Amino acid sequence: MANLYKKYSDVKLGKLKELSLHVMPFSDIQELSIAERVKKILKLVLDNKIVLLQGRLRPEEEARLIEDTMALVDHVKNFQGIELAVVEPNLRSQSLFTKAKYGFAKMLVGDSNALTIIGPASLIREIKKDPSKIDLFFRK
Amino acid sequence: MIKILKSFSRRILNAIFGKKDSIKLGFYGPPNAGKTSLANRICKDWTGEEIGQVSKVPHETRHVQFKEKVEIKHKGKELIFKITDTPGIATKIDYEDFLKFGIKKKDAKKRAKEATQGIIESIQWLDDMEAVVVVLDAAENPYSQVNLTIIGNLIARKIPVLIVANKIDLKGADIKKFEATFPDYEVIGISAKEGTNMEEFYEALFRLAKKV
Repeated sequence: MANLYKKYSDVKLGKLKELSLHVMPFSDIQELSIAERVKKILKLVLDNKIVLLQGRLRPEEEARLIEDTMALVDHVKNFQGIELAVVEPNLRSQSLFTKAKYGFAKMLVGDSNALTIIGPASLIREIKKDPSKIDLFFRK
Repeated sequence: MIKILKSFSRRILNAIFGKKDSIKLGFYGPPNAGKTSLANRICKDWTGEEIGQVSKVPHETRHVQFKEKVEIKHKGKELIFKITDTPGIATKIDYEDFLKFGIKKKDAKKRAKEATQGIIESIQWLDDMEAVVVVLDAAENPYSQVNLTIIGNLIARKIPVLIVANKIDLKGADIKKFEATFPDYEVIGISAKEGTNMEEFYEALFRLAKKV
């Protein structure tokens, strides 16, 4: 936590010249514990990267991500938190066969049909989404 | 397993002796949705006292607050609740947002610090709830990740949920959006401030209590 603090404090948010997207296959975090998964994601966010995670975190992991984010907001200068959004296919109108297919795939490899976007709130002002579309609004 | 056995034995004892336990009822949601306003209305209606302060400034509730033994009577039935009002859950806190409300920088920073602790507290209290009323702002987009994360966590913990779309008195409030976003849940539109649809809310609350 102390290393993360130092690193983030050195970043000049107002002078950001490039946007860094970090694509993270789910296999990168599959074997990790909840704490390790969250730490890995937050480390990238503190490095001003927007993380595109293939798949999604479990609800309890999302809650842990929020908890740890809040702990960091409290301790890391200039860190305001995260923006988080998950897009996933809408299975409600799909056939039973398609739903079963997705369910089976989810059981085997996790929810790989979903995409999770996590970025620093200092960069992303807002993420607006409906089930099939995502809009990222950046800060000026 | 132990929880299931405890719940089962409590139900058996209650059925034999006709005695009702109080139900631990939590109020969860994003900041400024009206959790405290609703909890206040209920507590005021049935105990004569409010549970906490409300404000237009987000994160007014920064600590979990309780009201023990709130006895609610509805259509000849009576239930006792332990009401837990929680700080709004958010993924970001910026003290500068509070400055817009005329709060001084020093106080805004203090408020932001307390708000971060409040969010952690809210999440940690989830496991203690037996039923939860998720309070959302009817004029806001229901499809926000915080809303989905809160509801996802309640489902994962098998905690019965009632979704309340508050502030239906506001221009732009759209209950249908909420019903479409949460098709598997009962959504009740109310105005805690004006007291609109409270009868319907109590009806739904008693149905929720049956699932505990």
